[in-house]
Amino acid sequence: MKIDRRSFLGLGLGAAAGIALSPVGVKLTDDSSIWTQNWPWTPVPEDGEITYDRSVCSLCPGACGISVRKINGRPVKIEGLDDHPINNGGACLHGISGLQYLYDPARIKTPLKKNGNKFEKISWDEAISLVAQKLGEIRESDTPESLGLITGADNGSMSRLFERFMGAFGSPNTYTMPSLESNLALTAAAIHSADRSLGFDLDHSDFILSFGAAIIEGWGSPVACIQANASRRERKAKLVQVDYRLSNTANAADKIIAVKPGTEADLALGLCAVLLAKTQISTNTLYGDVNKLAFAAMLEKEYTPDKVEAITGVKAADIEALAMEFIKAKAPVAVPGKGRGDVGQSLREFAAVQALNALAGRLNKEGGVFVMWPAGYLNFPENVMDAAAEQGAGKAKLAGSVNELVDKLEKDGGLSALFIYNANPCYALNNPEKVKAAMDKVGFKVSFSSFMDETALRSDVILPASIFLERLEDVVSGAGLAKTVVGLCRPMVKPVFDTKHPGDALILLAQAMGAGIAQSFSWESYEACLEEVTEKIWDTLSDDGYVVIDDKPPVGTPATDFTFLVSAPKVAVPMGEGDYTLVPVDKMRLAGGSMTSSPFAVKTVSDTVLSGKYSVVEINPTTAGVLKDGDIAVLKTAMGTAKVKIGFNEGILPGVIGMPRGLGHAFNNPYVAGKGVNVNDLIGPVIEPGSGLDAAFGIKASLSKA
Amino acid sequence: MIENKKVHKFGMVVDLDKCTGCGACMVSCMSENNVPFKEDESNKKDSITWMRVYKLTNGKSFPETEIVYLPRPCQHCGGIGDHGHSPCVSVCPATATDYGYDTGIVSQIYTRCFGCRYCMGACPYHARYFNWWDPKWPKGMENYLSPNVSPRMRGVVEKCSFCYHRYQLAREQAMIEDREIEEMEYQTACTTACPAGAIVFGDLNNPAHKVHQIVKPDPHPDPMNHKVVGKSRNPKVFRLLERLGTNPKVYYMSDREWVRKAGDNYLKGEWENVKTHHGASSSHG
Repeated sequence: MKIDRRSFLGLGLGAAAGIALSPVGVKLTDDSSIWTQNWPWTPVPEDGEITYDRSVCSLCPGACGISVRKINGRPVKIEGLDDHPINNGGACLHGISGLQYLYDPARIKTPLKKNGNKFEKISWDEAISLVAQKLGEIRESDTPESLGLITGADNGSMSRLFERFMGAFGSPNTYTMPSLESNLALTAAAIHSADRSLGFDLDHSDFILSFGAAIIEGWGSPVACIQANASRRERKAKLVQVDYRLSNTANAADKIIAVKPGTEADLALGLCAVLLAKTQISTNTLYGDVNKLAFAAMLEKEYTPDKVEAITGVKAADIEALAMEFIKAKAPVAVPGKGRGDVGQSLREFAAVQALNALAGRLNKEGGVFVMWPAGYLNFPENVMDAAAEQGAGKAKLAGSVNELVDKLEKDGGLSALFIYNANPCYALNNPEKVKAAMDKVGFKVSFSSFMDETALRSDVILPASIFLERLEDVVSGAGLAKTVVGLCRPMVKPVFDTKHPGDALILLAQAMGAGIAQSFSWESYEACLEEVTEKIWDTLSDDGYVVIDDKPPVGTPATDFTFLVSAPKVAVPMGEGDYTLVPVDKMRLAGGSMTSSPFAVKTVSDTVLSGKYSVVEINPTTAGVLKDGDIAVLKTAMGTAKVKIGFNEGILPGVIGMPRGLGHAFNNPYVAGKGVNVNDLIGPVIEPGSGLDAAFGIKASLSKA
Repeated sequence: MIENKKVHKFGMVVDLDKCTGCGACMVSCMSENNVPFKEDESNKKDSITWMRVYKLTNGKSFPETEIVYLPRPCQHCGGIGDHGHSPCVSVCPATATDYGYDTGIVSQIYTRCFGCRYCMGACPYHARYFNWWDPKWPKGMENYLSPNVSPRMRGVVEKCSFCYHRYQLAREQAMIEDREIEEMEYQTACTTACPAGAIVFGDLNNPAHKVHQIVKPDPHPDPMNHKVVGKSRNPKVFRLLERLGTNPKVYYMSDREWVRKAGDNYLKGEWENVKTHHGASSSHG
């Protein structure tokens, strides 16, 4: 066929008409629009029935009630539980991000055994029998006291269970990480009587005098404290903050008293002196107070307003005015514990603040401070003590506190095995390098951690614990709350990995060890144990999710023993040399102590706190010298050196460098670790005689341009 | 078919004197709305935070320094004259963001968005965020994602929706029971999380709602500036960049004058005229 003009045009038109009428074009366009609207790599969360479950958060000592929203049984959101006696519907950012801990990249997924420098997966049976065998050897060598235990908190059935194990094993070497709770218990023991704690009735006080306590930044039970602060305006309650920087709490306060860091105790004693000199407070030993006269004499001599002005930097007239304002308020209360009140505190300071409360007649009064009895809802049966247990139980403790233990271990060892539960001392204590060296002196370390953190990395065997969302536990309030509430933490989801409830792991271990230990742990499971030991309140606890043990001021006025303060405990002076004093700064958005922040929490942290890999330090521009805002500088202390970013802040005392706490983690979670500096690395512990507390809140430092 | 018996105008008021800057609202929002996170979030320009808490200071030196934290969700602007022409809605070529006349909520439809980011340029509040990367969750963490909010993909813009899915759930329940939705049935995730109780959320059109009682919005245009509608008749309450006439449904409250002044950029002498001028004192609506 010859292609002429006519047929060419005809074919062309035909083809054009064909293409135009054919569905192919439309279909292709449609397909391409459908296919470009597909994102197969974007997750499509499964839908289903919405349910809500109640539990308690045990990430921090706050003990808030939580409500967990689930879709077909899968938890998707954590919120504060309405009408809960502690947090009444509120929540903090750490609790809300709880689900991120469940699937944390650093979670320990199976039991592990250290082999050389690497961890090896083992089964639970292997892990339990390995630990049982090692511990058995220790008992056979007649040194049961050489098993140590470091735990995070010392209330609730889990810590009692660990102590019980130590007792049945035959070791007195149980140590608790410093916390506000433990510091308050020490204070109560030093100036009232042992086995009590202190609760601050902030909800009913009309004049809160806070000695650096970060009341709205994580002190105590954080949500309860924020709520108490929020209601201040309606209640016409005043907050006076003694601080060396414009913290959020200082900012929220009606008045700021600027002091040199570390001189808070002197200010408290100065206020006591004014009260005794200017008011009708009797120096007689009322209510059986001990050494009150000697205390009054000491105050009169050493803590006159002029002398206190020289120490603290607060004007003498202001000291007198503050003392009078405090005593004239209807329901004043003085609150101790700089920052979160956990690490770097001195008993002298806590005791001085409590003495102020005592002199002002604020003990066991509404809106004052409650000297509280232990919750006392747990009834454990007597331990079965075999011969080895009896032998070890008579031995003296190696050290008085965890700081002293670290000192002792690092110098000359003393423990052949160590249990670590709910604690991360290789991060949370000052001078972690020394803690690590001390750990290396212990032959066999067993960690019950849920996460591969700094301390777990140094263990020999890990018996991984299920996290709070996967387990049953009683969670008892404390942490400076003026009420005692026991909450029930319930499993919201089956363990995501091959982990166990640490209680179950301990029971299995005890049973594998045989002898008296096995008899002391004859429960079938932790659940059975909990039900038995909480028998008095179990029905209410499991029905309501919580039991309010007490929320009224305790009856009577406890005696105050001023002996400790009269003994003139030494002041912890920041160690080292340098033009500046470096102090840690606690921030609400960064978890402190042994707890690590979640990815969400780290995401909320401002770029004036964390900038890329750098911690930003606060410094007053007037004392910054040649350094400019945003400069990278080298910060040097007697403990170490770190590169930091300079952040100008007019709200910090000249000469003080504030460094955020909670950064500088070193383990495998790129979302929260490897960011900034751990401030504890730069601060060396200064152990306070008489309390064993690490009282080093700050350290001398120098700063130069990088 | 869901029938709207009444036109709502959802809004919130944040008491800046109560806010402690704790960040609970930010995390509650992220967790509620499947907002992803990256390894480094310290560059705040590419850090997606539907709710972001800004820190303001009065610029004075210690001890006169004062700080205020200002939580900033999407302001859900009603646009000039409150007619629904929000700055972002007006410029979207894809109708990916739209104004809900029944709720006053500005929506965002991720699958329609093709990432031109005009809306981000138009938004005076930096409330919109672009997904420069696909979201990535560590292995297993997708398990906590909520089915009520679709996870976004690379190349689209996202922002606060006033937890619209919570409204949908409450509305469905109310419809089944043949009644109006209650004030406390629909609350945003940030509101319920705030431990300080600084955020109050509700229907600005409903005089029974707390948010209405605090804000007392003036239903008439501002006689000084006809673009502005819904100005608060409470002298302590203000909106951000109010004089632009964007008519946000997020109000702020403070006893302190410097804080209220920080809500806009005033030329010399302008603030004196504005500070005493509130919505008309007569109480309509």
